Amino acid sequence: MSAETVVIAYTPDEFGRAALEHGIVEARRRSARIVAVNATRGDALVDERYADDAAIDALESALAESGIEHVIRRPMAPDVSEAVLEVAETDGGTVIVVGLRKRSPVGKLVLGSVAQRVLLGAGVPVLAVKP
Amino acid sequence: MESLSLLGDGLATALTPENLLWAAIGVLLGTFVGVLPGIGPAMAVALLLPVTFGLEPTQAFIMFAGIYYGGMYGGSTTSILLNTPGESASVMTALEGNRMAKKGRAAQALATAAIGSFIAGTIGTLLVVFFAPALAEVAVEIGAPSYLAIMLMAMVLVTSVLGSSRLRGFIALFLGLTIGLVGLDLNTGQPRLSFDQPLLADRIDIVVVAVGIFAVGEALWVAAHLRRKPLSVIPVGRPWMGRDDWRRSVGPWLRGTALGFPFGAVPAGGAETPTFLSYVLERRLARKGHEFGHGAIEGVAGPEAANNASAAGTFVPLLALGLPVTATATIMLAALQGYGIQPGPQLMTEHADLVWTLLASLLIGNTLLLVLNLPLAPLWAKLLRIPRPYLYAGILFFASLGAYTANQQPFDLFLLLVFGLLGLAMRRFGLPVLPLILGVILGPLMETKMREALAISDGDLNGLVDEPLAVIVYGVIVLLVVVPLVLSRVRPGAAPTARVAEDTIPTDPTDPREPREKETAR
Repeated sequence: MSAETVVIAYTPDEFGRAALEHGIVEARRRSARIVAVNATRGDALVDERYADDAAIDALESALAESGIEHVIRRPMAPDVSEAVLEVAETDGGTVIVVGLRKRSPVGKLVLGSVAQRVLLGAGVPVLAVKP
Repeated sequence: MESLSLLGDGLATALTPENLLWAAIGVLLGTFVGVLPGIGPAMAVALLLPVTFGLEPTQAFIMFAGIYYGGMYGGSTTSILLNTPGESASVMTALEGNRMAKKGRAAQALATAAIGSFIAGTIGTLLVVFFAPALAEVAVEIGAPSYLAIMLMAMVLVTSVLGSSRLRGFIALFLGLTIGLVGLDLNTGQPRLSFDQPLLADRIDIVVVAVGIFAVGEALWVAAHLRRKPLSVIPVGRPWMGRDDWRRSVGPWLRGTALGFPFGAVPAGGAETPTFLSYVLERRLARKGHEFGHGAIEGVAGPEAANNASAAGTFVPLLALGLPVTATATIMLAALQGYGIQPGPQLMTEHADLVWTLLASLLIGNTLLLVLNLPLAPLWAKLLRIPRPYLYAGILFFASLGAYTANQQPFDLFLLLVFGLLGLAMRRFGLPVLPLILGVILGPLMETKMREALAISDGDLNGLVDEPLAVIVYGVIVLLVVVPLVLSRVRPGAAPTARVAEDTIPTDPTDPREPREKETAR
């Protein structure tokens, strides 16, 4: 088992793909293992940022292709950013990779951003990437 | 054709801009609540009961009719895109509809459901126009004893034929009848089950019961299972159908209508049986039989038409006899009573304008639904992303507001909570809600009829069976109860429709049967 762990905050969209891409590069650089997290609040019938089984299969094969040791976690929690941070803690993450949305200052004011809360709350370095 | 000219008058009344507005509101609201599983037209109408105190009866019923039909359209959308039937009647639609959607034919599935519902609803409503007055004319002659027998039959049918468990059905029915008893005896003025509470002696307001059971009960149930694995919705554009889809849909639409209407019109109610029968029939008839199970359009068109035709059919007993057989119709009946209108055969003659405007607005609502639903389908699918806390906070707000405004008694809010807990318990133990609501509303009516019959015969019990019709109906009731019992003894493997439906029921987030499994599924 590698000493380092890259935690990738994955969503089945362009931001998640960007995070995955950079996360794999980062894992190679650090020769780390990967923990991919895809969390949901689970309080709506449909959450398009929660990967369904097909998307998880695709993620799994993408990770398998990279040849890096990896785990996928799919927690359900009241707060998605908390869930990511918790996984980072329990799995001993040494770096967290998140996809960042383009936001205007006003947009940031109105909508709470999961990535922002991960950035603020993380105890380890966070790699924020844009698609 | 006298009926047609009366319907024409009704159309003229319903087509005023203001009434059209109410129809549009009802239709949009109905689709909204229909799309979201767990919230149905019954809850919507219950929540709106207090609102109607400020409305003319005609306008209120135009809106309710829109909600009723809209709820059904909405339910089919969810069934197809999410594989989550909002109500038991959509289970069959979900079977083939969701498979069609998975094959990338969601647009066609939605289109055939919408157009099929429109056709079935229109034909069904026209059939109501012809049948209801005729039935009412006969029904006026029916005496109290037969009336009592017919009400009993409706209750037995709803409780034992629909739903998966008779025992649970009857528990719910008797709970409802008991709630209906609370308060002053209408004949003698004696308080019953009021526990020396003057507020209880006033009788429990139906708004409080309905809102408590439907809205608060559901909200508590959802709160108890707040976080679940989200389902994946199938993205869809504007529904449309190709020439081949039309050709394959027309037959099932018409056959579904023919199957659905009688089941709705006989006070046996429920769209479960006709949708199931329609599905089986289409499966038998399908030349491309192999496509069934892989998304056959016939399997969506038929049951969906049957569903709507039976919904239209339920207006026959409701208008001609004052007998509701669906939860929504039951609450509509309560709304009628709220206006001081006595439901029953005399409704057609005494409040002819209301009845004909209602029927006309059913036709209009149906058309509005088709116009609105085809372009708006992608928007409706977006509703499924509303986080439950926001949604149910709104529902609880309106529930409390409604329960309080009914009598402006804080005590009613306490009662609301009690009924909410009862509703939660019923969901937890899988008790059906319909028999309870039917018991609450029909119970007192039935008691009146029984008292009437006994008063005529001077307390002699023979007075209850001195009409031939009453005797026949009691015979039918006995048959209804005994035959299934005998059948299940003789052929233990024979599966009633409900059981088949249950086996094939896909993940319903509000399904009480599998709460444990859901909680652990992450």
